[in-house]
Amino acid sequence: MTDTAPPPTTTGAQEEELHPIRLRVNGVLRTAEVPARRLLSDCLRHDLGLTGTHVGCEHGVCGACTVQVDGRPMRSCLMFAVSAQDHEITTVEGLERPDGTLHAVQRAFRECHGLQCGFCTPGFLNVIAAFLEENPKPSEEEARDAVAGNLCRCTGYQNIVKAVLRAAELRLEEQVDEDAPVEVDEVAR
Amino acid sequence: MKPPAFKYHAPASLAEALDALDAVGHDGKVLAGGQSLIPILNMRLAAPAHLVDINRLSELAYVRTEPGGVTVGALARHADVERDADAYAAVPLLRQGLRLVAHPVIRNRGTTVGSLAHADPSGEMTAVLALLGGSVDLVRKGASRTVGAEDFFAGPLESCIEPGEMAVSAYFPRLAGRTGTEFVEAARRHGDYAMCGVAAAVTLDDDLRVTRARAAYLSVSPVPLVLDLTEAVHGATPATARWADAAALAVLSIEPEPDIHATAEYRAHLARVLTERALRAAAQRATSTDVERTSR
Ligand SMILES: Cc1cc2nc3c(=O)[nH]c(=O)nc-3n(C[C@H](O)[C@H](O)[C@H](O)COP(=O)(O)OP(=O)(O)OC[C@H]3O[C@@H](n4cnc5c(N)ncnc54)[C@H](O)[C@@H]3O)c2cc1C
Ligand code: FES
Ligand code: FES
Repeated sequence: MTDTAPPPTTTGAQEEELHPIRLRVNGVLRTAEVPARRLLSDCLRHDLGLTGTHVGCEHGVCGACTVQVDGRPMRSCLMFAVSAQDHEITTVEGLERPDGTLHAVQRAFRECHGLQCGFCTPGFLNVIAAFLEENPKPSEEEARDAVAGNLCRCTGYQNIVKAVLRAAELRLEEQVDEDAPVEVDEVAR
Repeated sequence: MKPPAFKYHAPASLAEALDALDAVGHDGKVLAGGQSLIPILNMRLAAPAHLVDINRLSELAYVRTEPGGVTVGALARHADVERDADAYAAVPLLRQGLRLVAHPVIRNRGTTVGSLAHADPSGEMTAVLALLGGSVDLVRKGASRTVGAEDFFAGPLESCIEPGEMAVSAYFPRLAGRTGTEFVEAARRHGDYAMCGVAAAVTLDDDLRVTRARAAYLSVSPVPLVLDLTEAVHGATPATARWADAAALAVLSIEPEPDIHATAEYRAHLARVLTERALRAAAQRATSTDVERTSR
């Protein structure tokens, strides 16, 4: 078994029909040829090389694989890549600004020590980024509730909850800064 | 694990979907939100030869509130139904139940009609449909039928949907009169399937006396169980009603199965405690004149 061989698009001896797909990932149009059963999580990791999306349980429980689909967090292990066509997908690689500045949630995780091994982090970041868009000033209880669907085996969650609240502050500060007219980087198509 | 291979159909309209389902018959399955089906495939517990993906049928992505009740299209996600203010005003039990379905991230993708089709006796929406006496519209190429909740659920994980058929919408009627509802449950962990759950509806007359008290149960029977508990509390006010008597009455009709999550005795105990809690809260809601607007 050579797992490191170039893109494994077929599995087993039988020929499996391949579907050409076009996905918009982090603002960039990407194409791939995948069997219908390719999970979005595997498509991102294996076909597109975006290994920031982590895979833990593959049945929707751990949350590590969470990405944003049209701004709503969803489990990428519970979606087929062929179903994700025509949607805007954001992975952890797409959270930072085009100029390389980390997203408010990423900065808050760093400040608050919200990660240890980092396995669960991409999922948390996507959930929290989307959550703060809807609820920019959460209470601590709301912050806890927001991350309740994601598992972390290291941190004990306390610092993750702190990071949610800190991210909310950073995000609001950022918005105040943005009210002053500054040059805006266009996202490359 | 990874799902087994299948042939993928991506219809762009309801007509195309019905053609595809008709052609594949027994070998085909509808793929809606995939929040139940894909875990089953990933765990290799099923291997349908064909999947008909209905995620492009945007014509079915609606939540429509009319005076009589709320109709939910097959592509409305749990989150869409949960957030819909008109639907909440007309049928508060929808949101009361939906907030207990899994986690918000699952609700962003899973569909309400799909959870009915999945017919999991632990699925909150099965109890909601049963308590409200709602129905599901089923369509196949050239024919359609409406099935009431009492006939829709055939057994655990088994609905009456036949091969070639698809559920296009579900109807949740508004409860008449001065009626309040509540949904409570107990789960091992936040967001897990409940070990027991109770949806309750209590109706009061103009003197604020109980005329009707009913409850529907999760996870204690193969199909959603609806019990009329009126006799234990009829004519009492929400404050004087002996809700514990109603709960004791309910437990007489419940025969839960034990499993690794809870023994039969523990489930029956939960049913008793949760029945009392749900009825009391539902009656409280019914008391406030502005019944529909009560927040969660
Ligand atoms: C971690 C996790 C926790 C969960 N916890 C809960 C919970 O606490 N309570 C709960 O109720 N649910 C829970 N769910 C399940 C979730 O609510 C699902 O979304 C729902 O049960 C199925 O809806 P779906 O749209 O995802 O259907 P799918 O997974 O796409 O389909 C499920 C089944 O229904 C059939 N089907 C779907 N739509 C139709 C249709 N329109 N016509 C005919 N057949 C159809 C499919 O063929 C399949 O057999 C959980 C899921 C996960 C992953
Ligand atoms: S890998 Fe998707 S939820 Fe665990
Ligand atoms: S940091 Fe290790 S699992 Fe969360």
